[in-house]
Amino acid sequence: MRRFVLISVPYLWLLTLFLIPFVIVFKIALSDAALAIPPYMPTMKDGLRAMLSQLDFENFVFLTEDDLYWKAYLSSLKIAFISTVLTLLLGYPIAYAMARAPHEWRATLMMLIILPFWTSFLIRVYAWVGILSTEGLLNRFLFWIGAISEPLMILNTSTAVYIGIVYTYIPFMILPIYAALERLDASLIEAAEDLGCSRVKAFWLITIPLSKGGIIAGCFLVFIPALGEFVIPSLLGGSGTLMIGKVLFEEFFSNRDWPVASAVAVILLIILIIPIILFQRNEQRQQEAEG
Amino acid sequence: MNRLSSFNVVSLTFGFAFLYLPMLILVIYSFNKSKLVTVWAGFSTKWYGDLLSNDAFLDAAWVTLKVAVISSSIATVLGTMAAYTLVRGGRFFGRTLFSGMIYAPLVMPEVITGLSLLLLFIGIGMDRGVMTIVLAHTTFSMCFVSVVVSSRLATFDRSLEEAALDLGASPFQAFRLVTLPIIAPAVVSGWLLAFTLSLDDLVIASFATGPSGTTLPMKIWSSVRLGVSPEINALSSILIGLVASGVIIASLVSKRNSVRLRLEERTAERL
Repeated sequence: MRRFVLISVPYLWLLTLFLIPFVIVFKIALSDAALAIPPYMPTMKDGLRAMLSQLDFENFVFLTEDDLYWKAYLSSLKIAFISTVLTLLLGYPIAYAMARAPHEWRATLMMLIILPFWTSFLIRVYAWVGILSTEGLLNRFLFWIGAISEPLMILNTSTAVYIGIVYTYIPFMILPIYAALERLDASLIEAAEDLGCSRVKAFWLITIPLSKGGIIAGCFLVFIPALGEFVIPSLLGGSGTLMIGKVLFEEFFSNRDWPVASAVAVILLIILIIPIILFQRNEQRQQEAEG
Repeated sequence: MNRLSSFNVVSLTFGFAFLYLPMLILVIYSFNKSKLVTVWAGFSTKWYGDLLSNDAFLDAAWVTLKVAVISSSIATVLGTMAAYTLVRGGRFFGRTLFSGMIYAPLVMPEVITGLSLLLLFIGIGMDRGVMTIVLAHTTFSMCFVSVVVSSRLATFDRSLEEAALDLGASPFQAFRLVTLPIIAPAVVSGWLLAFTLSLDDLVIASFATGPSGTTLPMKIWSSVRLGVSPEINALSSILIGLVASGVIIASLVSKRNSVRLRLEERTAERL
């Protein structure tokens, strides 16, 4: 009896507030605008057969016809991909240096990487608005050292979005790579060097392959949330930067077009399933390799 | 291996400068006298004063705090139950579905979670406000709590529980007297994680709320969309200060505890 309560309370909670809402999103994505106006529940009560007979792919057809959505999906994929690469290029040297730091520093370095997680995401993104704007500190600084004579337009471009994503997600990249590098046996590199391998070659042949698991995990941990990002493109990207999270938000709140917003959400989910499955496979392989 | 090359030192310095300079600049400019955020015009605490007399911000802060405390507390109970079920529950009907529902919200884009919850609330005709934000936050943060707690439960020596049961404790007593004290640090960090997630959330709360519930991130959002404002800088600095002192205190406490634990262990060995 106790066991039943223990299992069923969180189970039912998640069923009602996680699974059923998803079914509703699918249902609305497949229905006419007129049906999606509340109360839309009665249509669900009619049973599965009625529901299936009302299926309507109109919203998805609409998405394929309007190139705004195509562009938004492609540009989200591009932005998420490029920012993941940038985060890796910037994060790897930091993780590497952390793993080589003296033992007594490591706990502090770890804490310094994790600390930004606890501060508000919104505030961390907002901090860049004052830095990147045309009268912002970066432009003033570059002007002062004489590097530029005209202010650079960075805010409201995709460059600002890249900076924002790299800045907010870099801890996700550093932590798994650091964890992999810390476990790496230093004597392997010494052996390679003793056997005449140059340091650069030893790095490519030993360090990189042995930290591969961490690199893959870090890349997915950045890529997956970056793909559906809303706050960063809205705050830093201006109107010119298309990202699907932003389109979904606007479709819902500005245009009030629920079926289209739901269809946008369904396609975003389908796009996300592939990287999520690959990520879980990688994690499993890591665990098997350790165990 | 333990010698840093100059390249390592440069990447650490650059990395930490990149992580911390933007926040440092934000804090410094919150003490700026000028309304223009990027021009320094002398030291002033004027914006902090303005902020504390701004009722809209104070109301929103109160709503946010209420939501965070309630949702993280419910999420901790539900998340711990879920973790216990996953690690100790054995086989039961729909186990795969259950663990899927625990892990899915961790990777789900916030816009989708928010949208789906809003459609549910509208569908069942629920009045939206503080209550619906609490439900929404509880749902996603219980999954984070459950992941934190189950990783602790998985490494925990089960024979301790079995010993308690053999000695006549009821399963509930064994949980309360043996399991709970051991997993307590994970439960506490789960609560803290849920609390900060709730304090921080903008997207899900925007979907789940109605006219009566405006949280602090929503308030910040509507003013930063219009550009940088010194009041928001002051507010951000207060939040950064609170978090930084919280984390520092927590790490000092845990350090002292581990020192004490080590001392106790050493004394025990000598006895």
